[in-house]
Amino acid sequence: MMDNKEKIIQAEKKDKKKKIIKNVLIYSFLAAWGLMVLFPFYWMVLTSFKSYASYNGEKIPRFYVTDPTFSNFTNAFSQVPLGRYLLNTFIFTVVTTAVMVIVVTLAAFAFSRLEFKGRNLLFTVFLSMMMIPSELIVITNFVTITNADMRNTFQGLILPSVMSVFYVYLLRENFSQVPDQLYYAAKVDGTSDLKYLFRVMLPICRPTVVTIIILKVIECWNSYVWPRLITDDKNFYLVSNGIQEIRQNGFGRENIPAMMAAVVVISLPLIILFLVFRRQIMAGVSRGGTKG
Amino acid sequence: MLEKNNPKAWLYLLPALIFMIVFMVYPIIDVFVYSVEEGYNFVSQRSSGFGLYNFSYVLHDTYFLQAVKNTFIMVIITVPISTGFALLIALALNSITKLRELFQTVYFLPYVTNTLAVGLVFMVLFKKTAYSDGLVNLLINFFGGESVDFIDGPYWAKMFVMCFYIIWIVLPFKVLLLTSALASVNKMYYNAAKVDGTGSFRIFMKITLPMISPTIFYLVITGFIGAFKEYSDAVALFGTDLNAAGMNTIVGYVYDMLYGDSGGYPSFASAAAIILFTIVLTITCINLLVSKKHVYYT
Repeated sequence: MMDNKEKIIQAEKKDKKKKIIKNVLIYSFLAAWGLMVLFPFYWMVLTSFKSYASYNGEKIPRFYVTDPTFSNFTNAFSQVPLGRYLLNTFIFTVVTTAVMVIVVTLAAFAFSRLEFKGRNLLFTVFLSMMMIPSELIVITNFVTITNADMRNTFQGLILPSVMSVFYVYLLRENFSQVPDQLYYAAKVDGTSDLKYLFRVMLPICRPTVVTIIILKVIECWNSYVWPRLITDDKNFYLVSNGIQEIRQNGFGRENIPAMMAAVVVISLPLIILFLVFRRQIMAGVSRGGTKG
Repeated sequence: MLEKNNPKAWLYLLPALIFMIVFMVYPIIDVFVYSVEEGYNFVSQRSSGFGLYNFSYVLHDTYFLQAVKNTFIMVIITVPISTGFALLIALALNSITKLRELFQTVYFLPYVTNTLAVGLVFMVLFKKTAYSDGLVNLLINFFGGESVDFIDGPYWAKMFVMCFYIIWIVLPFKVLLLTSALASVNKMYYNAAKVDGTGSFRIFMKITLPMISPTIFYLVITGFIGAFKEYSDAVALFGTDLNAAGMNTIVGYVYDMLYGDSGGYPSFASAAAIILFTIVLTITCINLLVSKKHVYYT
């Protein structure tokens, strides 16, 4: 009897030990990758606070700052037009997203709530547009915008970036879940379709609309290819092209700390957005994001 | 009652339709026209005839062939590694409860960052300059290796940084999807297996893997497509003149043909783009065929 009990206790101990070892391994693996993800961010913030002289004086870079300086940030705004780039990107992002939301909402409403001939056929055509890779249509769009004399203008930047077929699909799915009875009730009250859409549908489907807006903002803020093709005037550069410009002939010499300051300024808005809307962004991306 | 035919619906659709026709439908047709127009001149907007010369030019261009080679290497290296590694991370995340949210948040961070901006940080970490060999090289030196210039140096060093950066960038999306797929596997199956005394490796092979196989294949397919379209990350690391760096990608070649120092040839760009999408379409079809055999849909 005693023997058996001891055996069980021993086996349990062994089990516990095994579990602890397993947990240590898992946590150290996760922590290691976490460090790998965070390290570039740490390094860019760290470097941005080092002075030019101290950065280049360190043959072996230090992992801490001895004399933190803000001069890199002031340089980033005074020696290169970083403020201009940020303002351009802000205008581009806000206008593109606003127009997209209006266009997408109206289309999704028509597809989910209004009856018209050829609705299903047209919706299928819409869906098939999702499969068109942007690399194919960019070529003609480039020619179209160039011929329309819209290079280096906000119209040229914004117009081809507005449409996102996938969001029409996402919003239509959500609209369709709103009970029909609400619509009939509104009709009886003599509410117009448009009023119904803005007073009833949109408030009910707010989470989806927020998700769409956030995903589009991220897309706009980081967009690089189209702005690069369509702007060669620095006054219309967005941040992605701005950072490329800074890298190639920014601060006169290879001023890494100042470059890192610019990188920090550019990255910060989206990181803040992410930390605030963490749940919505992650849920939205797993529903409809594609990347990689 | 609902009106059977509401002409006002077209009014609601009008903006979307205009955007779609002008910036999507017309361009997709036009790109095929461009690709067969020979000797198209951007200024006069005239071509000398129709034919397949553009395709033959592109296929014989050494820059294009280099771009194809680079792209294929990136695809073959990054897709399996990133998918496998993401699965490993997701499994680890799924087996813990403490700090899980924190890890998930941290891991997702690269998704919301500007690839051009963070690429610059990677460049700084890997680059060898007159002042310093860079942090990564110091690490290599510490372990007794020789410094390598990862940004302007030998081909495989550059390819290594490129693939490393791509994996770093694409991982958040894959980890996120795999974590939610793992979390949605019904616990009942695991409990049943435990009662039977099934080993954990067997549980993984017989329960976990089949249950999340649709997500894995989705990630493999989108991963292939995304990796074939690799471009911005290369610019982030090696600058806009990718041909000079020998690190151009197919998409990069398309844009270089369209615009930039060697640009002004929409016909060559179109031909190259169409070749790219023939490749992508073929690979995707193969993927779908394979997935039919191996994916378990509930």
